[in-house]
Amino acid sequence: MSLRGPAKDQPENFEFSSSSLEAAKNIIAKYPEGKQQSAVMALLYIAQKQNNNWIPLAAMKYIAKFLDMPYIKVYEVATFYSMYNLSPVGNYFVQVCTTTPCMIRGANSLVEACKEKISENESELSNDKNCSWMEVECLGACVNAPMMQINDDYYEDLDKEKTLEILDKILKGEKPKPGSYRGRVNNEPENNRKTLMDLKNA
Amino acid sequence: MLKDQDRIFQNLYNDLGSDITSSQKRGDWVNTKELTEKGRDWIISEIKDSQLRGRGGAGFPTGLKWSFAPKEIGSRPHYLVINADESEPGTCKDRDILRFEPHKLIEGCLIASYAVQAHVCYIYIRGEYFIDGQKLQVAIDEAYKKNLIGKNSAGTGWDLDIYIHYGAGAYICGEETALLESLEGKKGQPRLKPPFPALIGLYGCPTIINNVETIAVVPTILRRGGKWFASLGREKNTGTKIFCISGNVNTPCNVEEEMNIPLKELIEVHAGGVIGGWDNLQAVIPGGSSMPLIPKEKCETLTMDFDSLMEEKSGLGTAGVVVINKDQDIIKCMARIARFYKHESCGQCTPCREGSGWMWRMLERMAKGEASKDEIDMLADVTKQIEGHTICAFGEGSSWPVQGLLRHFKDEIKKRNKFDPIVKENRNIPYLVDQHLLDKNA
Repeated sequence: MSLRGPAKDQPENFEFSSSSLEAAKNIIAKYPEGKQQSAVMALLYIAQKQNNNWIPLAAMKYIAKFLDMPYIKVYEVATFYSMYNLSPVGNYFVQVCTTTPCMIRGANSLVEACKEKISENESELSNDKNCSWMEVECLGACVNAPMMQINDDYYEDLDKEKTLEILDKILKGEKPKPGSYRGRVNNEPENNRKTLMDLKNA
Repeated sequence: MLKDQDRIFQNLYNDLGSDITSSQKRGDWVNTKELTEKGRDWIISEIKDSQLRGRGGAGFPTGLKWSFAPKEIGSRPHYLVINADESEPGTCKDRDILRFEPHKLIEGCLIASYAVQAHVCYIYIRGEYFIDGQKLQVAIDEAYKKNLIGKNSAGTGWDLDIYIHYGAGAYICGEETALLESLEGKKGQPRLKPPFPALIGLYGCPTIINNVETIAVVPTILRRGGKWFASLGREKNTGTKIFCISGNVNTPCNVEEEMNIPLKELIEVHAGGVIGGWDNLQAVIPGGSSMPLIPKEKCETLTMDFDSLMEEKSGLGTAGVVVINKDQDIIKCMARIARFYKHESCGQCTPCREGSGWMWRMLERMAKGEASKDEIDMLADVTKQIEGHTICAFGEGSSWPVQGLLRHFKDEIKKRNKFDPIVKENRNIPYLVDQHLLDKNA
């Protein structure tokens, strides 16, 4: 259970933009009538995306009204799930997996790289307020360890040097190419494939 | 080694493309109508014959689970929910199915929905897999366009809608009732069982919940016959399984192999061996982080299936094999896993909420050699107080790895933590509060 509080500086108002509104309506339609509360998680994502990667309290109140549910229920959901950012994280949000499978393959050096390039402490904005990083639990790409996630994309098979390169790019505002950084194809064993060989050569 | 033609996931490494045309070339959606025409009872009995066990960790027989769904649709609709909230450290198989074999999953959803009479299917994907979820969404859209799902899906006469629901980074939502809570728009805290979801699940309606891999193998089983699937592996541990081999190996990878494959073969052949050679192996976590580790001596002969791992007081779980070699500090590795569980405990039951933090802090101290020797027994005691005293299996999941460490590496902990906290003699300690009580002449 992670303890997280909302940011101190909160905007007064929040409203869905027209594109967010349309997306929200499409999502509510997925669920049976009267069960619109199911859409709360997706709507929080939409709010987060619209509001530069974090969710202000005003957005939670807005969503509560939108879905006709108590504000506290929205607050509960937003604070329970760790992917909702309750304070600003910058345009580039770097999440480094440090759970055991990544740890034993050297995830610590990725953390060092983040400390050097972005900020001394986790969940702290970089000097230009554009980027922050944090350690997270297993991201589910264990055979590509160590790895990190920047916004939605996975960067896999990293080491310190490659992480520094990637971080340099995002600090310059470029988008590095996601995927493996050791040149391997998806999850296949590198240079050691023993299965489905006909397909590989086909 | 399993023959290539017996591998279900031909596109595991994305040699062929995941779009509908290439999926159909591999045999997906070929005769879905014929399969459903044979009827619900045939589908369920074929799955029972195949002895398919759930691939999500618990290994519950799938055919049996489906047969729990009410035979007739009553006043409440039925739901099928696919659990793609893959968050167990060491496991990354469902991700490959979502992005490379989405049509196997979608076709499986149709057949399973037909078998349990569900018209709506929700696929709960962990939020971190957003990109992979988008790929699945593309495949779902393709299937709608070709009329394979939707009204009169694939000509079967069955209406089915499939929706994706994204989680938001809570490991506990992989537990089926927590997943339902989350799907209903609440905090993901598990429900008490019974009632079981098969009767009272999503929105209080009958709900069948299956893992991605379980559902994705169903169409192939029905096409090739339950007998074919049962001929692989061994009795009650049949078929193929995607193993994820991570950690200190030369070529970490996902590979589909037969059940009951020797662990050594898995590591030496597919994963290119342990870094530093087989003798450098320290321990293996055989089934994702919640399964107790197995020391090297036993890894020589171990075979990977549900029952043989159970005999070793471990489990197959999700088949995420984490290899740890002698360069690693085993106590530190387990302390990190304990930290994972401390972070992910949902906070509903006190033994788990408090105990997971206890275990983590004790193990951190043990790794540094700062614990007293009494604490080793205390740690064992704490794990026993969590296990079996919680609503869901998270309590077991968090305490088993620690128990495994204590079972096999107690000597290592003892060697490092020799400090004895009990003061056996009077010492002149000026800051001791009860100083005046000390008998100065003693």
